[in-house]
Amino acid sequence: MTIKFDNIYIKDKAVCGGPFIKDGPIGKYLDFKYEDFLDGEKSYEECEIKELEKIINIIRKRNNIDIVLSSDLSNQLMISNVVNKKIGLPYLGLYNACASFCEEIIIGSSLLKNRNIKDVLITTSSHNLTSERNFRYPTEYGALKKEYQTFTVTSQTGMLLSKDKTNLKVECATIGRVMDYGVTDANDMGSVMAPACAYTLYEHLRDTKRSVKDYDLILTGDLGKYGKEILKELMKEEYGIKLTNYDDTACLIYNKDDKRVLAGGSGISCMPTYFLTKVINDKKIKKILLLATGALFNTTLVNQKKQIPSICHAISVVKL
Amino acid sequence: MNNKKYKRLTKKYLPKKINIKNLLLSFLCGGFIGLFGQILITVYSLAPNISNSEASNLMMVTLIFLASLFTGFGFFDNLIDLFKAGLIIPITGFAHSTTASAMEYRNEGLTTGIGANIFKLSGSVILYGIVSAYLFGIIRYMFFGG
Repeated sequence: MTIKFDNIYIKDKAVCGGPFIKDGPIGKYLDFKYEDFLDGEKSYEECEIKELEKIINIIRKRNNIDIVLSSDLSNQLMISNVVNKKIGLPYLGLYNACASFCEEIIIGSSLLKNRNIKDVLITTSSHNLTSERNFRYPTEYGALKKEYQTFTVTSQTGMLLSKDKTNLKVECATIGRVMDYGVTDANDMGSVMAPACAYTLYEHLRDTKRSVKDYDLILTGDLGKYGKEILKELMKEEYGIKLTNYDDTACLIYNKDDKRVLAGGSGISCMPTYFLTKVINDKKIKKILLLATGALFNTTLVNQKKQIPSICHAISVVKL
Repeated sequence: MNNKKYKRLTKKYLPKKINIKNLLLSFLCGGFIGLFGQILITVYSLAPNISNSEASNLMMVTLIFLASLFTGFGFFDNLIDLFKAGLIIPITGFAHSTTASAMEYRNEGLTTGIGANIFKLSGSVILYGIVSAYLFGIIRYMFFGG
């Protein structure tokens, strides 16, 4: 399902980053940084809430906001709910795991078709240690890590969609389907999400009658070092498409020689953090396809050894 | 593409599991903890009123204390990253997982937080430890008369 948008633009953005992100290649583009996982708060959740609130306030000072769409990785969107209680604007909480960023853009852009909605704020938030605790083990526990595991990014982003014309246009979107190729290992997110990603990309190219070369950059969310190769092979074998101009934000967001991040970054904020900093500041890239991938699981599903479903949505952004 | 074919495809790209360096580090670390424990037993049994079995209990308490303390200081998980099973298989691993859970849930209160979650990771060790102790106790009683 591919939908076209006529006049939806990205008007403003704000990005902050914590440990690992601030020292990485995108460190210099951040609006503000914080030094450690707590940033002076008592718990990691409070830290995440504080940073996200700061991000929303930065954008709110500069612009009008009609609706806030938020997503994060905590149980029942606790972070977004608490932040929006403090902000007090009309609010929708959305969850599609790490594909939430694209889901928010799709819903935000559709909302903007209403005459009385002018600006929609989209926020994402992820924190390495809150999601570690939510999906895996207690934070101080030194669980054995697999080489193909990803390392959740600690960053918060806000992006304002608007009808006012700017040089960044949200052009069209493909809504993905939930896929499942029988992977049960929750550490191996790359393998879980690659099939959904491959299908959405294929459907997007088919619906828009474009080829891979029409884009200056095709960016997937958080497949990781190994998932990236799996996607390339899958595209070739299953759909006969050779991927070029392609990269994965998981592999780009941290320093390349850092062994601690294992297979790369992941989390809701992984793609938007990279996209809103490095990509939109790169003058060479004019046409971008964003493929945010999400693994739709919770700990119950994993503990019962069930297959993990995944989803991927595509957004095409054009620089005018 | 069916699930089986996909599994074959992913296997091609995922890293292979065995790593000689990790094996060696774990082996040496586990051995070192054994050696350290033995030294502790010898030292403790030097005291005039401590028997050999009491000394080994004291050794375990010492190891548990050290592992919990280092977890509290926040660097024990980094050590486990390095030495892996060498630190997890000895009693230090048990102490570490219990302390880590306690630290994690202390914000949720004494009863619903620490009380309910302290054995979240190590609970299965306790349960199956007790069950197997019962079973082997019964077997020993039946065949060897206690």
